Amino acid sequence: MEMEMEMEMETQKPFQVDVGNLLAFNPFHNFSSLPTSRDELVKECLEEGTKLIQAVADGLFNLPSTEDVDGPLVKLPPPATKLPREKHLPKPKPPTKWEEFAKKKGITKRKKDKVVWDEQTGTWKRRFGYDRVHDDKDIPIIEAKMTDEPGEDPFAKRQDDKKKRVEKQEKNRLQNLKQAAKLGALPSHVQLAATALPITGTQAPPKKVTKDELGNVAGMAATSTASGGKFDRKLPGEKPAKKQGKHRKFLPVVEGSGIGSREKEQTDNVLNKLISKHSHEILNIGKAVTMYNVKKEKKARNRKNQEGKSSSTSNKLKPKKQLHKKAAKKGPESSKKRKAK
Amino acid sequence: MHLYTLQTLRFCSSAIMMRIKTPKNGRVRRELEKRAPKLVETGKKTLILQGTKTSGTLNGVLSEIYHLKKGGAVRFTRKNDNIRPFESGGETSLEFFSLKTDCSLFVYGSHSKKRPNNLVIGRMYDHHVYDLVEVGVENFKSIESFNYDKKMAPRVGSKPFIAFVGEGFENVDELKHLKEVLLDLLRGEVVENINLAGVDRAYVCTAISSNKVYLTHCALRLKKSGTVVPRMELVEVGPSMDLVVRRHRLPNEGLRKEAMRTAKDQPKKKIKNVSSDAIEGTIGKIYIPDQKVGDVALPNKAKGVKRERREAKKKEANERASKKQKEESE
Repeated sequence: MEMEMEMEMETQKPFQVDVGNLLAFNPFHNFSSLPTSRDELVKECLEEGTKLIQAVADGLFNLPSTEDVDGPLVKLPPPATKLPREKHLPKPKPPTKWEEFAKKKGITKRKKDKVVWDEQTGTWKRRFGYDRVHDDKDIPIIEAKMTDEPGEDPFAKRQDDKKKRVEKQEKNRLQNLKQAAKLGALPSHVQLAATALPITGTQAPPKKVTKDELGNVAGMAATSTASGGKFDRKLPGEKPAKKQGKHRKFLPVVEGSGIGSREKEQTDNVLNKLISKHSHEILNIGKAVTMYNVKKEKKARNRKNQEGKSSSTSNKLKPKKQLHKKAAKKGPESSKKRKAK
Repeated sequence: MHLYTLQTLRFCSSAIMMRIKTPKNGRVRRELEKRAPKLVETGKKTLILQGTKTSGTLNGVLSEIYHLKKGGAVRFTRKNDNIRPFESGGETSLEFFSLKTDCSLFVYGSHSKKRPNNLVIGRMYDHHVYDLVEVGVENFKSIESFNYDKKMAPRVGSKPFIAFVGEGFENVDELKHLKEVLLDLLRGEVVENINLAGVDRAYVCTAISSNKVYLTHCALRLKKSGTVVPRMELVEVGPSMDLVVRRHRLPNEGLRKEAMRTAKDQPKKKIKNVSSDAIEGTIGKIYIPDQKVGDVALPNKAKGVKRERREAKKKEANERASKKQKEESE
């Protein structure tokens, strides 16, 4: 459906004019020799452009026009050059289950009135909504039937029935929408969102793993490598593993003895605490003295026992008590140190 | 093995809990309807963005393109270093932006030593990349560098005339593709009616050589001529640049066929009260509104009416006479 207008020029070659797009194309022009200066080139381009646009305008202004407030209004023909669409063609909605059933049975839609005559009050009431015709709360008496059980509340039963009907309708609506979504014809304002993963039998739905838990697991897996996870290749954005266990700080091996030497600082701290005015709060002298005395008495007792038993067994076969004595000696000192720290 | 298959069957038959989400706002609903695919499409929106490095000229080019397409363009100013349109993995960001801004045309500018002042113009189909053209910009002249009579400046959003000159556009594959893409980019909205007083801009693209195109934007002056058709005069206003085609990627055949599909005659709007018959031809029904016979003014002045008027006139004359008498007496 291309509209070709013959423009008689010196060369007598046609342009391709598409009024629907306000487009004109001259496929026969060529620069036999490129003009030397830029201005010349621009001028020539503008000249050619003017000719083409004149051709489009010829087509445009000759179209039947109607008068409007702002100026003459012209109805454009549909564009001749086809361009690709930006979105797919909308797919027709598949018929819902009720629509299929109705078609099969021959049920047609009937127009319903907004107001209905209510016998009970004798007025025109809405079909649905506030103050409607057959509302459940307007029923004063429900007569008992022979089939009814004695303990059942018929009003509650009516409400339950209604709830069930509404739930069934919602389920059907969801099924219809799922069917439409399968065919790609979901209405534009509706989105289907998955709320939970399927529950199979007695299995509880799988718990979502949190970011911290994943980090812990990754850390554990890293420590199982030979180098403790230090040289593992990390994903972009992965944080370095948190150090597990006690955090100990070791002093460097070689250090100058300047003002800031750390070992000196450490020992100074300990001494200051011991010698300070409040050292009795840090170091429990009474307890240290009792511990020392207890150890001394034990040593004395053991020596007495030893003298008594030395004749029976040789010294070689006796358990080595030297080690215990050394530990005992260190006892009060080490406890002092621990307490001072 | 038997137990395992039973387990999987049970897993498949259980329903995935889904719920229906509908917008609670009328505004949101209308926005969604605007973005839904339509039978007949009108304008395409353009997304203008840039890569890691841009040069001064490229910044100018991008902002002027945005200015030309003010109504239907979105401009991103941050750098995006993970967009590489010609590589297979580098389009995901572009597709995401296209989905969020509902733009199906994009202009991506970047500058590097190998490809200076590079523009990639691309189109999307269903928010996936459809085709791409990569051009380099040379000899860019911005709007400010043109001096012209400011009264003639084209208004924002007017429908432009587009002219393509040169046999290159017919013979060379890349230029043919560029022509199609430029038409899509410069076209604007597809309208049915156009106001003839409002046409004031034109784009002229000339194929200078087999890979270079000179693009310029001009304002139109309509001069009086003898006939209905005015004489056109072009005045260069807007940006002008040389586009050097570097690479391009055509869409694959299946996708192109699908995108070019149009709705086979839109459902004809049923004209009411018209039916056609094989024997009698087209028949129309005319409904005449109810004539309220009692309220119609009688055409012939009946005797009764005349008498009433005579009596009313007499009454008036009497009243006037009595008034005058009163005045005279006073």
